[in-house]
Amino acid sequence: MDLAALKTQLKNFVQSMFEEGVLDNQFSQIQALQDSTNPNFVEEVITLFCNDAERIINEINRNLGYQNVDFSNLDSYVHQLKGSSSSIGANRLKLACANLRQASDERNKEGCLQAVQLITCEYCLLRRKFQALLHRGVLLSLRPTKNE
Amino acid sequence: MAKPPRLLIRTFARYTERTAFERPLTSGVAYAVRVLHSEREQFEKQQGWTIKRMDTLEQNPVHKDDYNPDLLEPSPIQEEYAPVIFAQDIVSHVVSLDMLSGQEDSKNVLCARKSGKGVLTAPFRLLKTNRLGVILTFAVYKRDLPLNATPTERIQATDGYLGGVFDIESLVEKLLQQLASKQTILVNVLDTTNQSYPISMYGSNASNDGLEHVSLLNFGDPFRKHEMRCRFKQKPPWPWLGITTSIGILVIALLVGHIFHATVNRLAKVEDDCHKMMELKKQAEAADVAKSQFLATVSHEIRTPMNGVLGMLHMLMDTDLDVTQLDYVRTAQASGKALVALINEVLDQAKIKSGKLELEEVQFDLRAILDDVLSLFSGKSQDKGVEVVQLAVYISDQVPQMLIGDPGRFRQIIINLMGNSIKFTEKGHILVTVHLVEEVIDSIEVETESSSENTLSGFPVADRRQSWKGFRTFSQEGSINPFSHSISLIVSVEDTGEGIPLEAQSRVFTPFMQVDPSISRTHGGTGIGLSISKCLVNLMKGEIGFVSIPKIGSTFTFTAVFTSGSSSSKKYKSQQINKMSNSVSSEFYGMRALVMDPRPVRAKVSKYQIRRLGIHVEVVSQWKQGLSSIRRGSNAINMVIIEQEVWDKYLNNSTLFFDTLEKIDYGTPPKVFLLSNSISSSGANISTGVCNMTVIPKPWRASMLAAALQRTMGVGNKGNPCNGQLPSLSLRNLLLGRKILIVDDNNVNLKVAAGALKKYGADVVSATRGIEAIELLTPPHQFDACFMDIQMPEMDGFEATRRIRDMEHNINNRIHHGELSVEAYNNVSNWHVSILAMTADVIQATHEECLRCGMDGYVSKPFEAEQLYREVSRFFQ
Repeated sequence: MDLAALKTQLKNFVQSMFEEGVLDNQFSQIQALQDSTNPNFVEEVITLFCNDAERIINEINRNLGYQNVDFSNLDSYVHQLKGSSSSIGANRLKLACANLRQASDERNKEGCLQAVQLITCEYCLLRRKFQALLHRGVLLSLRPTKNE
Repeated sequence: MAKPPRLLIRTFARYTERTAFERPLTSGVAYAVRVLHSEREQFEKQQGWTIKRMDTLEQNPVHKDDYNPDLLEPSPIQEEYAPVIFAQDIVSHVVSLDMLSGQEDSKNVLCARKSGKGVLTAPFRLLKTNRLGVILTFAVYKRDLPLNATPTERIQATDGYLGGVFDIESLVEKLLQQLASKQTILVNVLDTTNQSYPISMYGSNASNDGLEHVSLLNFGDPFRKHEMRCRFKQKPPWPWLGITTSIGILVIALLVGHIFHATVNRLAKVEDDCHKMMELKKQAEAADVAKSQFLATVSHEIRTPMNGVLGMLHMLMDTDLDVTQLDYVRTAQASGKALVALINEVLDQAKIKSGKLELEEVQFDLRAILDDVLSLFSGKSQDKGVEVVQLAVYISDQVPQMLIGDPGRFRQIIINLMGNSIKFTEKGHILVTVHLVEEVIDSIEVETESSSENTLSGFPVADRRQSWKGFRTFSQEGSINPFSHSISLIVSVEDTGEGIPLEAQSRVFTPFMQVDPSISRTHGGTGIGLSISKCLVNLMKGEIGFVSIPKIGSTFTFTAVFTSGSSSSKKYKSQQINKMSNSVSSEFYGMRALVMDPRPVRAKVSKYQIRRLGIHVEVVSQWKQGLSSIRRGSNAINMVIIEQEVWDKYLNNSTLFFDTLEKIDYGTPPKVFLLSNSISSSGANISTGVCNMTVIPKPWRASMLAAALQRTMGVGNKGNPCNGQLPSLSLRNLLLGRKILIVDDNNVNLKVAAGALKKYGADVVSATRGIEAIELLTPPHQFDACFMDIQMPEMDGFEATRRIRDMEHNINNRIHHGELSVEAYNNVSNWHVSILAMTADVIQATHEECLRCGMDGYVSKPFEAEQLYREVSRFFQ
């Protein structure tokens, strides 16, 4: 596969994620931030995001496992996850976070559990996509060096 | 006694007749003799007639024609008689009448002979004539009697009686004929012997009202009293002159009185009205205040739920929406934002009205603010369409670098005026000029350059001098500069727009008044902006005015009073602004530039911007002149700046110019810059032929010029390639080499934000907790700015900022008091790091909260280049 084809594929893949609503415009901003001075920026951000998100989702699950849920604590976790998602442009995950936030505000444990379910789902989907993206990106970044 | 002979009778009659003129008042004289009864018979014989009685006559007066003495009865037998023997002819009918037989006569006769004096009878009807008369009777005695003779003696001595008849009517008439005209005077003669029954003797019996003169008459009889009453026959005439005069005076007095009354009434009424007016005015004012308060309250109350609406809309936009739904939500959000903007304006208005708006007193750079505003509008002016509206700012050299006042409100006025200009200008230019008032006053007569050619874009403009015609500042020149530090600025915003219709010009500054309702549909806005601007200008002790010519353009001018910033700057918290401009200008300081521009106004603007970088500027109007100037080469020219108009007309596709430049044999050839009116057109047209020319897009800003210079002249770091986007390019200029702290508890956010800032060349340090930020920002430190997340666990952004400000304040104070040495704090005596909030909540309330706790501004998350540029440019220029 030549470089141009790889690039197109990568572009198409990101485009499909936009179209599915998994990602929004913010992600393209992040892509724009990657340049020669900061060559691995997108990968770094994605890795950071995934680590953060997994930690937070675990925390949220743990919180909801208690008999008496500390909703304010839950709120701060949801806020963090929502912020991260917003920063990276993970649109659907952000919306799922909004669901959880609402349920939490209503002190609705059942709703919270459902929302967490949705968040987990969305996150898994996003991670899969990101992995594929990174894979292609790595290929892309490796290709020129091989050619040289 | 013998019978008197006939002769004697005749003689008496003749004598009395002849001497009648001597007794004009008597109508007749008669003599009666005393005859005792004993002598009667003899006497009658002697006389030849009998003694007749007269009382029957008195009782039955007869008409004089019927009078016949022979028909009279003979006198009855009495003790004595007094028959008349001699009589004047005129009264000859009384001969032989016995005087004692008449009631009046006998009384008279007896009285007369007793007293020896003349006696008058009461008036009675005379015999025969039947007229009213009196008889004066004298007694004739036989011998002289002594004066003191007794009445008896007098009776004894009586021989006869002489009687004179007075006909009163003729008597009085005769008298009056001598007195006066009897026509005018009416005389009554009365016998008033008996007071209660006066007997009228003469005159009509007219009622005796009116004026009367009463005088007593004495006919020589002491027992009788007579009165004469005189009065005017006619009633006294009315005194017409007096009457008319007094009526006239009365009328005049009445009129004057009326006038006076009316005046007083009117005065009272006016006074009353005035009171009413005052009352109404008070009420109206109270209502106005109430209205303002109501508006303020309601606006505030609306704003709170509107934040909710906007927030929810924002969230709604994040949900899964199809294109139509998204469009609806966007429209709703745009409307919501417009409403919030309007509410803020209304709140402003209300604040100003209720006097609650207070101006800040901070040090600021006027030029930076105008650059900022210019950049804000540059985008809008590009969007207008095919024709490009040129924006330009010119600030006089005499305006100090730093001023003290309210930069935010000043900015608001400028933005308002420019915003209006942009809305209504389709072609031409918008030019903002700032001068000291003194300069303008000096040039007010001299300046005569308002030919249509000599404007920024070549379009005719409204003469701006007309716009400040009514300013008080100019009419009282002496009071311009009462304090040594106060600076009066005069700012004009001139456009070549469609102008304000003449009929609408009077209500330009009235709130919510637009030219006509359709305007708001085509151009938006509420029409409150100018009214707020006017209020703000008033607060700045200035005035605002305008001149507008339909189809040509409008020029708004306002004055404002500031304090010179250099004098007591330590008192004011200064916004760290001048660092950058200093560093920029030092790079180019002392260089020389040649500006080729045939249009003086435009050249002036260019010159102003270039000179801000410390570059000497020479302006030539023709390119040939310019070339010769370069060739002369006495002062090496480092850069040539060509106006696009010159380029298009003369130099395009011509190698002559560049050939000439190449031929210059000393030093480095000057760099060539092209001033283009718009970014889009410039890129396409010009970069084709010539490689070593840089395009500088307008509007001019010193920073952009500096960036372009840096890039091409190799001063400073290597720049971006030519076609870099405007904001990011400028951002790079602003942020290059800055040390910036980012505080956010979210790692991803941190990473993204740091990435963004690093991209623009900033040196970024990250922190995840508020406490950490405080430690890092404890002076001395090297940070230029800090971006702070607001919502963080443990310590939120507001609290962290508050603590940092406290700390800075504390240290600044101690440095000022000499407790800490300035050297230990990097020679900075006034620590104030710019802190900008990072927030996903872009609503006004948070913005205010930010400012309240000491932040300098805010940027929304995630970072957006233009907004970041706008905020950052306020601090680093």
